[in-house]
Amino acid sequence: MSSIRFDAVSKSFGAGQVKALDDVDLAIADKEFLAIVGPSGCGKTTCLRLAAGFEFPTSGRVLVGNAEVREPGPDRAVVFQQFALFPWKTVVENIELGLRNRNMPREERRIRVMEAVELIGLNGYEGAYPHQLSGGMQQRVAIARAYVLDPQVLLMDEPFGALDAQTRVVMQEELVRLARRNPRTVLFITHGVEEAVYLADRVAIMTRRPGRLKEIVDVKSIREAEGWERYSRIEDVMDLESFVHLRTHIWRSLREEKTGAAH
Amino acid sequence: MTGALDPARRMVLGLAGLVGFFGLWALVAASGLVGKAFLPGPLEVAERLVTLLHTSFAGGTLPQHLASSLQRFSAGYLLAAAVGVPLGLLMGRFRLLDDIVSPLFDALRFIAPIAWVPFAALWFGTGFGGPVLIIFSGAFPPCLLNAYRGARQVDPRYIEAAEMLGTPTHRLILEVLLPAATPSIVAGLRIGAGLGWQSLVGAELIVASTGVGYMMVQAQSGVATATVMVGMAAIGLVGVLIDIALRALEARIHNRLARA
Ligand SMILES: Nc1ncnc2c1ncn2[C@@H]1O[C@H](COP(=O)(O)OP(=O)(O)OP(=O)(O)O)[C@@H](O)[C@H]1O
Ligand SMILES: [Mg+2]
Repeated sequence: MSSIRFDAVSKSFGAGQVKALDDVDLAIADKEFLAIVGPSGCGKTTCLRLAAGFEFPTSGRVLVGNAEVREPGPDRAVVFQQFALFPWKTVVENIELGLRNRNMPREERRIRVMEAVELIGLNGYEGAYPHQLSGGMQQRVAIARAYVLDPQVLLMDEPFGALDAQTRVVMQEELVRLARRNPRTVLFITHGVEEAVYLADRVAIMTRRPGRLKEIVDVKSIREAEGWERYSRIEDVMDLESFVHLRTHIWRSLREEKTGAAH
Repeated sequence: MTGALDPARRMVLGLAGLVGFFGLWALVAASGLVGKAFLPGPLEVAERLVTLLHTSFAGGTLPQHLASSLQRFSAGYLLAAAVGVPLGLLMGRFRLLDDIVSPLFDALRFIAPIAWVPFAALWFGTGFGGPVLIIFSGAFPPCLLNAYRGARQVDPRYIEAAEMLGTPTHRLILEVLLPAATPSIVAGLRIGAGLGWQSLVGAELIVASTGVGYMMVQAQSGVATATVMVGMAAIGLVGVLIDIALRALEARIHNRLARA
């Protein structure tokens, strides 16, 4: 059981001057894929950092699997918005650190890491250091570093933001395949509305700062009813009328927030 | 002037300074204003240096005294680095340890190495242990402080990433804090070496029965000013060599990290 629950969570920074989150109630079910969209600076990363155990609520509680979050841990793998790869470690060393921490035998580790390198298409770069890679390649290493842990909960902060359009599509389709094959609880932050609709079971829309939950859009029921699963390619899904409808709805809702228009 | 001329200009000016210094020294010594016993000329000091390379004075030749000094220096310095760097990293990681050690350390570090001499002599004798403690007291603060500051200034994202990957404490210190703090640590090791070397000679002036400092005190009591000056030159030269070696190491590490 690895649900995530935000229980009346507020979070302020710096002696309360900056209120990032205001009374957020949000429940992500076990093995559910939830995407958060919202204007820049509305508190999306803050939500993720609370679930990861890097920050703690000013009031309210954050629970993962019914236990209050007290510290970071490998049961909740994080893909950081700014990668946070270790510059002094090679691609392989970055990816395998989590497995070493788990005392996995060397041979098994090697196989798992090679699979991950294959998945992110970085064969030939195993011994490269992060500074020798492009931003997109670094981001893929950060994704692999989280995937190899095979965690119950994946926390991803704009993980595809630095990728070129083609690579992004490949990674998105791969994430969907992974999610179907081996479902896990995912909290996924993005600025891409289409990405959110394509990947998520539900999409949470946040207001401008201080971030509140504005609306939650159920994608899963429509995806299943309209049979999106029949299409393996993202562009085919994006052409479906039901997809366009959801996307436009979320766009409008977001736009109100960005321009600050009254409802 | 343009920057391109600077290195050449600085070399010429530096050379001029040195020539001026030796010229003035030779002139004053030759003028007879100061008694010859108190101010031998540069040539005389150089001659004395050559002599001391193979003749024994105060129980050893100059190289033997230097070797004995360097031995004490190495022991005290390595001890300072071996204790200071890990302790500094641990203090950077654990708030509790920081709170316990910092006030104590702040109180102790204003006791100059030379002020440790009587205590060191009482407790560890004047042979090896005493001087080693004094060198330690000089080299330890920069080793500890720089490791501590380096660890505190590590980008918190790296620490968060390591924690999220379930990294145990010893590995977090060895594989995250240590590499991230390396530039600061190496700078501390260099400063510590300089202070340690300075303290050593101070210690040997008072305690110890070998070493360059001891040789100088013996020479002083016999008004062998040339020998005293040879000792000073040797101290300066070895200090400069240690500094150059550690600067080169520092530059290499910086170059390697700059690529990242
Ligand atoms: N450690 C901190 N100290 C002070 N203020 C902070 C801190 N972290 C976040 N904030 C503030 O909290 C608010 C929310 O930040 P957060 O990073 O969660 O936004 P975001 O929704 O992820 O934005 P973006 O889409 O640009 O990544 C911002 O106004 C930010 O300035
Ligand atoms: Mg963010």
